[in-house]
Amino acid sequence: MHSFGYRANALLTFSITILAVICGIASFSDNFNSPSPAAQVQVLNINWFQKKPDGDDEVSLTLNISANLESLFTWNTKQVFVFLAAEYETPKNSLNQVSLWDGIIPSKEHSKFWIHTTNKYRFVDQGSSLRGKDFNLTLHWHVMPKTGKMFADNIVMSGYSLPKAYR
Amino acid sequence: MDWQGQKLAEQLMQLMLVIFGVVAFITGYVLGSFQTMMLIYGAGVVLTSLIIVPNWPFFNRSHLKWLDPSEVEKHPKPQRSNFGPMKKASKK
Repeated sequence: MHSFGYRANALLTFSITILAVICGIASFSDNFNSPSPAAQVQVLNINWFQKKPDGDDEVSLTLNISANLESLFTWNTKQVFVFLAAEYETPKNSLNQVSLWDGIIPSKEHSKFWIHTTNKYRFVDQGSSLRGKDFNLTLHWHVMPKTGKMFADNIVMSGYSLPKAYR
Repeated sequence: MDWQGQKLAEQLMQLMLVIFGVVAFITGYVLGSFQTMMLIYGAGVVLTSLIIVPNWPFFNRSHLKWLDPSEVEKHPKPQRSNFGPMKKASKK
């Protein structure tokens, strides 16, 4: 601590160490939050359902997504990424996931929402196994913190099925 | 900056930064505002650096008392004795 530069260096390194500790504790404090999010999705309409020229099935849906994700937000949350995936089983693969819609929720004020939309991304099966298929709609989310660990979880909503014929 | 000043500066720096860190975290957590925490801590670091880094007069209060040059003559440096054990390298 004998010179200007030495003191400045000591102060800088020690202050950054403390900063890292603070951020670590802030990340740890997220574990005390036990979220209870809720979500509901209605398939309002099946707009069209067809076999594409290359043989894959494709369907277009109109969805009504409502969710309350307020409890995911803590003081250390920057934003929440949320996406809705259709999940179903085929003889070839035990789990197929197709992302239909996603969004970024920037703050707690925007985390209680409902949206009326057609599927944002195409619902295409790699094959032609969608006819009469039962599927789940799963709302996945990733909580992005300001510092530290990222949390991810989902809500599975089951009981949806596709029509038995193309239309 | 004298010896006592250096010790004081180091201890003061550690104490201030830890206290500001604790205060910032508690305030931020209670108010639920990460930004408030960072602002308080940032202000703490700036304040600490203003106190610690410049060579303020209160770091130079305890002067070292060097001996007067005349003392040297009274206590001469011990001279190397010629009667000490000789090196083994002496030839026969």
